[in-house]
Amino acid sequence: MSILLSRQSRVLVQGLTGREGSFHTEQMKAYGTNVVAGVSPGKGGTTQLGVPIFDTVADAKRETRAEVSGIFVPAPFAADAIMEAAASGIGLIVCITEGIPLYDMVRARAFVEDAGVKLIGPNCPGLVTAGEAKVGIIPNHISSAGSVGIVSRSGTLTYEVIQGLSQAGVGQSTSVGIGGDPILGLSFTEVLRLFKDDPATGAVVMIGEIGGSDEEAAAETVIGRGFGKPLIGFISGRTAPPGKRMGHAGAIISGNTGTAASKVEALKRAGARVCDTIEEVVAAAAAAVGQPSSATHR
Amino acid sequence: MKFLEYQVKERFKASGIPVPDGRLARTADEAALAAGALGPIAVKAQVPVGGRGKAGGIKLAKTAADAKRVAGEILGMTIKGYTVREVWCETAQEITRELYLGLTLDRDARKPVLILSAQGGMEIEEVAETHPEAIAKLHPDPWRGPLPFEVRDLIFRAGLGPLQAQLTPLIVKLYSLARAYDALTIEINPLALTRDGGLVAADGKLEIDENALFRHKDLHGADESDEDPMEAEARRRKLTYVRLDGSIGVIGNGAGLVMNTLDLVQREGGRAANFLDIGGGAKAEVVHSALELLAMDPNVKGILINIFGGITRGDEVAHGIIDATRDLNLTLPMVVRMTGTREEEGRRLLQEAGITPEVSATAAAGRIVQLSRGSTP
Repeated sequence: MSILLSRQSRVLVQGLTGREGSFHTEQMKAYGTNVVAGVSPGKGGTTQLGVPIFDTVADAKRETRAEVSGIFVPAPFAADAIMEAAASGIGLIVCITEGIPLYDMVRARAFVEDAGVKLIGPNCPGLVTAGEAKVGIIPNHISSAGSVGIVSRSGTLTYEVIQGLSQAGVGQSTSVGIGGDPILGLSFTEVLRLFKDDPATGAVVMIGEIGGSDEEAAAETVIGRGFGKPLIGFISGRTAPPGKRMGHAGAIISGNTGTAASKVEALKRAGARVCDTIEEVVAAAAAAVGQPSSATHR
Repeated sequence: MKFLEYQVKERFKASGIPVPDGRLARTADEAALAAGALGPIAVKAQVPVGGRGKAGGIKLAKTAADAKRVAGEILGMTIKGYTVREVWCETAQEITRELYLGLTLDRDARKPVLILSAQGGMEIEEVAETHPEAIAKLHPDPWRGPLPFEVRDLIFRAGLGPLQAQLTPLIVKLYSLARAYDALTIEINPLALTRDGGLVAADGKLEIDENALFRHKDLHGADESDEDPMEAEARRRKLTYVRLDGSIGVIGNGAGLVMNTLDLVQREGGRAANFLDIGGGAKAEVVHSALELLAMDPNVKGILINIFGGITRGDEVAHGIIDATRDLNLTLPMVVRMTGTREEEGRRLLQEAGITPEVSATAAAGRIVQLSRGSTP
């Protein structure tokens, strides 16, 4: 089933009745995702897009045995939505919402950890197991099933890699966008461990960016210790000046931490192949899974 | 959102953290009056950047006449792009020792972190590098905050045991203040030990999480509009923009994609003039506004637009580009790379308007670098 999500996964959507929530639920259903419930406080008992709506996550969980939640609620309420899902026994929470206050996230993150639940995001595009199911906003038409796993801090660069691979005839197992915020759920380290143990994944593409030291930590604790599969790395923001926040709240070089050079160096030292452009990433991934790349993007 | 020293000190004072007596002055005469009331004072430029002392923005004045003279020197001077419009005049302190106390978010630990050091006065990053053993840290539980015994342990680890009775309540107060204001960073540096044995916040820094501003609608921080006129204009337009030093204007959707576009421009031999992310799901008006902004920048010699449509629709972006080109009479070279949602409609619209779209980001970067060279006299 690749990692984290399959066509059997029972998915609920928090904020399904909102503008973003309903648009993307429709897309998720069209992709084949098993959407079993929606949660919108005050709209319990109604149905939208053929999906039953509940007032609380606990109600939805009891009635539908939902296992995964996708969160599309507005930023001021999103941390609470994450904790509601965690408290109700949802196993995997995917928070798409951008702009959650950091103290809210720090608390929600601690809450989720205590509950022993997996959180992806926030401020992320979600995940897709190609040809099976997706939770989040990754465009439907770009994925194709295969054996390359993708993990990325950037949404749009994830799309770039997925599309590049698909156009080159190279399919993907699961693609996971972990998000661009400073306080995140799953880190590169945790997602890479899942890929390492996944028999359906033959090679992994990791898209990092400036800021923080998650890439370095993953290089040291997972990639450099017998990863057992080819790992192709890419770091964006190599020309970004220090002290300037490049869009993502997490993408900032402060002092000597978070530089692209340090990340590239750590990945290389751990035995990863680090590429300069997305085209190179695609060609390297194609070669790694034994497919000749027909990708000539130019 | 950043705050000026005197704004931070007002908040320290309100929450029981001791600060020197002070007054704000907007003219040299007001500074003289402050010295008359307070005695010997420090006259301090109020700008939201560090390094004021080195720049000559902090001076001592013993008398009212002194104060008038130094305030006259400091008011109107420019520090890192900021014009000094106000000075904070506060009682000069007899400092025997300088400590550091601060709180920030530790992204690796995914928690806030309190930092205490016996070596204050300098940049804490510098101390961390040269004397890591001089820094003690505490990661309080984000739900209950720091407990007094944890704070005492922090103080002893910092080698400041003899001050624990005074420091413990001060640290707890600082943490409460940070929480109340959603502070990304709050800092007392130096936290000064004075000749009479008291602790006083000799300087203060506060930066609030922009994502939490909906909870702080009544707050007004430092005016950062001096920083850069382009960045100020971008803020007014609610665009995510960073000014850079090259000549190619870059617009894209998604922070990672835009960062990568800057890297590609450099790889192809050019330099980007800016980072500009129109975000997900941008409508034609946003694209229009982004182009209008870049058109104001005299450094921009060519424009590269890189769109990978997920939520963002190619046709919306194309409409924005076409309308802006017409309305602004844009004659700068422009290259558009467009793929993703509704890419066919978007490309067709562009082609009909005489703009040839690219499919590959690398190729698009190469072309704009070439074209903008041609346009430079």
